[in-house]
Amino acid sequence: MTTGFTANGAYGPVKRKEDARFIRGQGTFIDDIQLKGMLHGAVLRSPLAHARIVSVDASAAEGHPRVRAVITGETLAARGLAWMPTLSHDVQAVLATDKVRFQGQEVAFVVAEDRYAARDALELISVEYEPLAPVTDPVRALAPGAPVIRDDLDGRDSNRIFDWQAGDKARTDEVFAAADVVVARDLVFPRSHPAPLETCGCVADYDQVSGHLELWVTSQAPHAHRTLFALVAGLPEHKIRIISPDIGGGFGNKVPVYPGYLCAVVGSMLAGRPVKWVEDRSENLMSTAFARDYRMRAEIAATREGRILGLRASALADHGAFNGSAQPARYPAGFFHMLTGSYDLQAAHCEVTGVYTNKAPGGVAYACSFRITEAVYLTERMVDALAIELGADPAELRMQNLIQPGQFPYTTVTGWEYDSGDYPRTLQAALTAAGYDDLRREQAQRREHGEYMGIGLSFFTEAVGAGPRKHMDILGLGMADGADLRVHPTGKAVLGISVQTQGQGHETTFAQIVAQELGISPDDVEVVHGDTDRTPFGLGTYGSRSTPVSGAAAAVVARKVRDRARIVAAAMLEASPADLEWASGRWQVRGDPERRAGIAEIAMAAHSPLELPEGVEGHLDAETVYNPPNLTYPYGAYVCVADVDPGTGSVTVRRFIAVDDCGVRINPMIVAGQIHRGLADGIGMALMQVLSFDEEGNCLGGSFMDYLLPTAVECPAWELGQTVTPSPHHPIGAKGVGESATVGSPAAVVNAVIDALRPFGVTHIDMPMTPANVWLAVHGASSGDHVA
Amino acid sequence: MQVPAQVEYEQAASVEHALDLLARSGPEARILAGGHSLIPMMKLRLAQPETLIDINGLSELAFLEVTGDELRIGALTRHAGLLAAAGAGEHFPILHDAERVIADPVVREWGTIGGSLCQADPSEDLSAVFAALRATMVIRHPAGIRTVPAREFFTGPYETVVAPGEILTEIRVAIRPGGGSSYQKVGRRVGDWPVGAAGAALWLDGDVISGTGIGLTAVGARHFVAAEAEEFLRGRPATEENFGRAGQIAAENCQPVSDQRGPAEYKRHLASELTTRALRAALRRAAPRRAGGQRRPGDG
Repeated sequence: MTTGFTANGAYGPVKRKEDARFIRGQGTFIDDIQLKGMLHGAVLRSPLAHARIVSVDASAAEGHPRVRAVITGETLAARGLAWMPTLSHDVQAVLATDKVRFQGQEVAFVVAEDRYAARDALELISVEYEPLAPVTDPVRALAPGAPVIRDDLDGRDSNRIFDWQAGDKARTDEVFAAADVVVARDLVFPRSHPAPLETCGCVADYDQVSGHLELWVTSQAPHAHRTLFALVAGLPEHKIRIISPDIGGGFGNKVPVYPGYLCAVVGSMLAGRPVKWVEDRSENLMSTAFARDYRMRAEIAATREGRILGLRASALADHGAFNGSAQPARYPAGFFHMLTGSYDLQAAHCEVTGVYTNKAPGGVAYACSFRITEAVYLTERMVDALAIELGADPAELRMQNLIQPGQFPYTTVTGWEYDSGDYPRTLQAALTAAGYDDLRREQAQRREHGEYMGIGLSFFTEAVGAGPRKHMDILGLGMADGADLRVHPTGKAVLGISVQTQGQGHETTFAQIVAQELGISPDDVEVVHGDTDRTPFGLGTYGSRSTPVSGAAAAVVARKVRDRARIVAAAMLEASPADLEWASGRWQVRGDPERRAGIAEIAMAAHSPLELPEGVEGHLDAETVYNPPNLTYPYGAYVCVADVDPGTGSVTVRRFIAVDDCGVRINPMIVAGQIHRGLADGIGMALMQVLSFDEEGNCLGGSFMDYLLPTAVECPAWELGQTVTPSPHHPIGAKGVGESATVGSPAAVVNAVIDALRPFGVTHIDMPMTPANVWLAVHGASSGDHVA
Repeated sequence: MQVPAQVEYEQAASVEHALDLLARSGPEARILAGGHSLIPMMKLRLAQPETLIDINGLSELAFLEVTGDELRIGALTRHAGLLAAAGAGEHFPILHDAERVIADPVVREWGTIGGSLCQADPSEDLSAVFAALRATMVIRHPAGIRTVPAREFFTGPYETVVAPGEILTEIRVAIRPGGGSSYQKVGRRVGDWPVGAAGAALWLDGDVISGTGIGLTAVGARHFVAAEAEEFLRGRPATEENFGRAGQIAAENCQPVSDQRGPAEYKRHLASELTTRALRAALRRAAPRRAGGQRRPGDG
């Protein structure tokens, strides 16, 4: 297979190496793993959202002829494993011992000879519950007298998890007090779910003789998970090997450690055989890491001339029954304080209260960029709200307030240092591509005929590539990533990375990075990932951090190899290293370009009898750890054109123009694929996706019939554009793009629908804008100020 | 992974054989046709039949033909087959309107017309369609066949008059000249069950409505029918005003329930709005033929 390497360099739209196996159906996902003597596990889950466990009787299940073990909370408690730490310094029940706290919570685990028997045996377990009042509404959860969900925690007498704030409150209040115009809105970013195509699962293989645990698992962060399993299960870390094979999508859903994984490990210990556990679709939707669930009160202050002065927000963050958010430890609300967005403000302040409810735990997932999705949605909705208030054009209002190119590096009033950007150019590119002025004319004409089209804008700035280890860690693990690079004698290279692809194309992109640095073809670079025994330590793939952190590590380690090659080449060419220059992918003697050597020749020489200079051991291999000096700040301008049928409330997204600036693009085709995915996410969140609950705490989104994902029919032919503003502090100027479109697109869709419905006086509709919600807004004249 | 409970499996070699298997297997046996409702319910263990009697090999039930003044649809006809049948669509555009918005191509390729009707899901599109068309259901039992009007076929949510030991084999629709029909559906997404839907068939005598059928989906209409609206229209001129009023009457006489797809208030509105739109479209389709002229582009 050739990936299209040209003399112009290794960057470009080369086909993905991974696809050769995927399009043949030859991928190896968790359920493809078959080990000798492997057993199958199944989880018994709570049908109730809140109940005390009176008794668990597993005797009938244990009597099933094909059952090998039944694990209950009691079994685990005896081993000290009934509770495990979460990624947010809380604890979570592995199997419930005292209470169940959300519908779908893990209560027991059956290990059987096959998955049918395991499932059958679940029905033989009898659990007596004493129902308790469930609380699924975060406002009610904070009300006096609300049932205390986490009575397992010492001294806990309410459902409040944390109060957190950022920005200068006093200064912000001053700015607001002096402002000509202040607009307020209540905004709900409802609970959604990443819903990866492959659900979570694992195969645990514990060797009772050696004490080694091999765990094949759906993990976005194999190394972090190894450390977590060492901490959680009390196993020595050097005897744990985590292998993440092909992963069918993650989007943050595969960052946490789930009870099912631990149960499979314990099952393997008890049964002395490997245990496979793969959750079904409903289990994935009902019990694993969700996203969003933010109720926000937002205010924007401006002058009458349209100069935006400040933003103020307070939010209730529903974290579910256990605080299992995955984010840098110092930031309990993630990067929500990115809410100043892309604008040059005088002041901003936000406060966030975390709340326990009887819902599944999680909260940072679905490509949310550590809550920047919520922040961007808030900001971009508020800019549109301001435009309505001022009677201003939303494009002009944005243009008027964007941070200017000369202001970079730009420090925001909430403390972020944006690295680079030319925002007006990108916005103008999007408006031009959309034909913005023509669209406005068309809109006016259609309205005369009773047709309602809307044009929605969103301009977002992301902060990705977490992060500088002195500021950012997860459970004490600094967010740096390692890379090692071996160059074989024939010049073929093997790159080991600490991040884990779930479809992002790391095997291709990272090969391109190394190839570009070493002057070889991407075909000659094999990328190894997902196996802790074969790769260096690092924090894994989420928060769009692979290219910003691990990609930098790959470039740096390749440059180390290149530097070693220079010394060897000098010996080969009988010159001083200082007299060599790197040109066209080779080391050559300055002023004598005929005397040159490429990496393959140098690698062979490095292993040959050639007398090597002092300080070179005899090969080119190198390793590194990359600790990013700052985050990277990709950004983009999006325009959505939507048609709304006010008679039925149906919304059709007609066009979507996305101009992204993610710095240098290593593989533009993979970047485009990432953006396509994120834009579809945005349509899904804006129009149909919601994980809702009834009063009893029943999850109403437990299948793909109820939890709707957008299809090709709802997605227009995406119109992509780009500007390129390299990151000044990243070794190759790349900024990351994995979450950009998910972050930036929901507001554009909502803004388009609101824009379409302006003649009806509609000023806000919460997501998802289903036909019913749109029709109710049109006919109930509900506005953002009246949302419950 | 979702796995069903233990189940016996039998393959029927003929309709008689299927009836025989049904008789021998008892009331916990289920006919397996396309399986697109039954198998998911079994995987979720909401259904745990003791025996599945697979009729997918019965080609005698997979037919679709116009005989004389009747469209006859075998119960094992796949959705895709009905959608591909030009004759069916020409006589009854409502059938193709509905089939285009039922589930997705994969489901339509294997799901069957008879299976959909026997499932009798309150949100099932074809129930309202055949109710609007006043179709006749043909049911086989060990002693012979009986026929039941579509409007008497459904006895409640997920319940029909098909008794244990019986099989729905055929749906017949009378072809009458001078008619037009349409189906209008609102969903949250392609492939989703309808939030609400309405189907209308109209027959005209001059400008006067000589016959009409209005079917409603997912809005709690008795037997999937807007009987009061039909009664109102009969003998009245086919005007926009009357269509609007018929929609209102349809809405007043259904009992939608609130759920994730929308509140009852909205669904009631849809019953009205979509009934009116379906009547309007049915008239457009009837009109050219009534005048003996060319059909206009876009009339489907």
